[in-house]
Amino acid sequence: MAFAGSDPASGQPEVPVTIKLLVAGGFGAGKTTLVGAVSEIRPLRTEEPLSEPGTHVDILDGVERKTTTTVALDFGRITIRQNLVIYLFGTPGQERFWFMWDELARGALGAVVLADTRRLAGCFPSVDYFERRHLPFVVAVNCFDGARRYHPVDVRSALDLDPGVPVVLCDARQRVSARDVLIALVEHALQEIERHRAQSAWAAAQ
Amino acid sequence: MPSTEDHWLDEEAGPVVRPYALTRGRTRPVGEYLDLIALVTAVRGVEVDRVSLDPEHLALLRMCRLPASVADLASDLDLPLGVIQVLLADLRARKLISVHHPTPPAQLPDAQILREVADGLRRL
Repeated sequence: MAFAGSDPASGQPEVPVTIKLLVAGGFGAGKTTLVGAVSEIRPLRTEEPLSEPGTHVDILDGVERKTTTTVALDFGRITIRQNLVIYLFGTPGQERFWFMWDELARGALGAVVLADTRRLAGCFPSVDYFERRHLPFVVAVNCFDGARRYHPVDVRSALDLDPGVPVVLCDARQRVSARDVLIALVEHALQEIERHRAQSAWAAAQ
Repeated sequence: MPSTEDHWLDEEAGPVVRPYALTRGRTRPVGEYLDLIALVTAVRGVEVDRVSLDPEHLALLRMCRLPASVADLASDLDLPLGVIQVLLADLRARKLISVHHPTPPAQLPDAQILREVADGLRRL
C-alpha cells in the first residue's frame, strides 16, 4: 500500500510526499526501457487537442476532422516507503507533443535526459527545455551495445552543458544502472535546492 | 459467447465512445489545477447521490477510498488524463473527495526527505 490515511501508531495523519521525476531524450534513446527497469511500468494516456504541425500528419481526408489525438506516456511508480512515493513520467518524444511537457514539468523535482551518442542531437530539445525552465537535470549517456563509448567530458562539450550539470554513463536496461541515474538526479536536485536556499539567505542578510 | 453485434469491435477499433463524451464534451476541469501526482481521497460518511453521478464517477470514488494519485487513477481506469481531471473536479465540486496537492520541491520544509529518497533508491 502506497499511502495510508493516517499513521496507526500516533493516530496523527502523516503528510504524504509524492515526487515527480521526468525521463526525457530523443526518439529511441531508451526512455521506456529506463522507466521499465526501475519501476513497474504502466500505460497512461492523454487525449489532447491536435497542434497545427500534427494536423498535417493526422488529418483524415473525407472523414470527420480529427481534433484530438491520443498521446501515450510511460508511467512508473517507486514506493520508497508508505507515504513517500516517486512517480516517473517518460516525456513523449515527438516535438508535436510539446504541450504535454509543461504539464509534466510542473512541480517536478528534476529530469533525466537520456542521450544516445549515435544520435546526440536527439536530446538537444530536452536540454534546451530544462535549461530554460531552470529544472535540475542530469544527462545519462545510454551505452548501447556496439555504440562507440564516449567519455562524459566529450558529451558535456558536445551538448555545451553548464559545468554543474552531471553527466553519467548508464545501461538503461540494467536495474542498478538505471537506479543510479535516478540517485544522481535526486542528489543533484537536492544540491540545487540547498544552493538556492543559501543564496536567498545570503541575499536576505545583505 | 460474445454477441454477433460486437465481435467486430476489438481494441484495434479504438474507443467506441469518444473519450470526452464521458465528460459531455468538457475538456477543462473546474476549479484549481489537479496535478498528475496530487493525491485524491474519497470523503467518508458523505451521502452520495448515485443517480446524478456517472458510473465513472462512482468507480473513481471506489478507487480512492485510500489516497490515490491522479495518474494512478487514470492508468487504473484506462481513461485519458484529461478526462480523469474533469471527472475528479466534478467530485471535488460536490465535496465528495479531498485533494492533497504535492509540495513543490523547492518549498519542501525539510530537504531531509530528499536524502531519504536517495537512500531509499540505493536499497532498490
